[in-house]
Amino acid sequence: MKRFDYIRAGSPAEAVAAGAADGTVFLAGGTNLLDLMKGNVLRPDRLVDVTKLPGLDRIERRPDGSTRIGALVRNGDLAHDAGFARAYPAVAEALLSGASAQLRNAATTAGNLLQRTRCPYFTDTASACNKREPGSGCDALGGETRLHAILGWDSSCIAVNPSDFCVPLAALDAVVEIEGAGGVRSVPLVDFHRLPEGEPWRETLLEPGDLITGVVLPAEAAGFAANSRYLKVRDRTSYAFAVVSAAAALKLDGERIVDARLAFGGVALKPWRARKAEAVLAGQPATPETFRRAAEAALADAKPSGDNAYKIELARRIAVRALTLAKAGTPARMPALPASPFASPLGVAAHA
Amino acid sequence: MSISITLTINGTRREIALDDPRVTLLDLLRERLDLTGTKKGCDRGQCGACTVLVDGRRVNACLALAVSHDGSDVLTIEGLSEGDRLHPVQAAFIDHDGFQCGFCTPGQIMSAVGLIREAQAGNDPERIREAMSGNLCRCGAYAGITEAVLDAQARLAGESRTAGDSQEKAA
Repeated sequence: MKRFDYIRAGSPAEAVAAGAADGTVFLAGGTNLLDLMKGNVLRPDRLVDVTKLPGLDRIERRPDGSTRIGALVRNGDLAHDAGFARAYPAVAEALLSGASAQLRNAATTAGNLLQRTRCPYFTDTASACNKREPGSGCDALGGETRLHAILGWDSSCIAVNPSDFCVPLAALDAVVEIEGAGGVRSVPLVDFHRLPEGEPWRETLLEPGDLITGVVLPAEAAGFAANSRYLKVRDRTSYAFAVVSAAAALKLDGERIVDARLAFGGVALKPWRARKAEAVLAGQPATPETFRRAAEAALADAKPSGDNAYKIELARRIAVRALTLAKAGTPARMPALPASPFASPLGVAAHA
Repeated sequence: MSISITLTINGTRREIALDDPRVTLLDLLRERLDLTGTKKGCDRGQCGACTVLVDGRRVNACLALAVSHDGSDVLTIEGLSEGDRLHPVQAAFIDHDGFQCGFCTPGQIMSAVGLIREAQAGNDPERIREAMSGNLCRCGAYAGITEAVLDAQARLAGESRTAGDSQEKAA
């Protein structure tokens, strides 16, 4: 690991000022940053430790019905906050499907949003990678591509965003609160991460020095609490990144869908909101036929970036399955086990 | 440039001067404080061998910068027993053959202690396995580990019930 200077920020303003300098990164939980620094994938000159910033470790229910998650709230604490999990069960389910208990106890809300792709060509410093070295090319193209993107990719980058947490956040219209040199601003989570668009080294909308201070779930997001699921297919039952995942949330009036939300993980360089599928679902009966049509619409623009055409059909099936489970009802207990979506027959809620 | 931090390690408060900010909590424990019970497996947060409790919560010591944990309370495997009296989780690992080579065992035990404190898994073996998935065992002692965690959890619940009973009687 390259040697670095260490600074502990006492206030967000101090962090923003220190963070704007070249070669500077913020340190929060460190679970992704230190791993990449040990592999010489990242070689920052300076770390600005934001873990001691006051007031960013709270989950606040606000008078307007929205919920603000402080940037430093640990993933494990958020998932196990009973009130939060009741209001946003798909978010809790997504958090508990990610990483391990140890990592969730360290990893933060903001850090989860900013975690880097697990594309092996990004972490292998002997490979060409436009994310790691702008303009160097992409060795993933034509390489081992079983887990790579099927939506929104181009020849500059075919990696995927690895976050589980961000998938239901995208579905539920979460907003990212950012403090920068010009003050505080808010950006919808669906706009926060960028698609490659020829310059995949630009990963988010953040400018130098910008500090995420929180994530806000709007009041309407809690309206899906009774029928929400996060479903994740992995290469093993636990402690693995998604091959494909989906967050599905329904508002039902009897058998009729009043409103629907659907987003995917593991398919693109950003959490993928499927608005066309939501339009197919709205106002329709909550039947397998409706769910299949929605899944078709969601993947209409998908194309394989290599040896991964199977992920397109897998994503369709995961969408149908997630919607079916959402219709059956949110499980009383999170995480709903068995953790594998293959473990119980279709249409049976995976209540423990 | 030396950075001084304060850590409470296994109940003892220690002032530590760090000459390098790169030192992880794991390397601090093993290389500078001679607490080698905490193991270095992958050193990348994948195997769980370095699991310790920081402020009562299980974390991977290999991905924690010591300097960032100034003021924290750290519990390692060395601080678990009371003299020669093993902690119930340690005793249960022996009773249920929860290991073969033993390299992952300090991490497994600290993770199990953290899991029981979290009180999320209940007595469902499926939930214990899920909650212990951050600790790999290359010998494959998982069946014994799951039994040990369930047994230790029951013993600890029994102890706290007994403690509660005697308090009630005293009152």
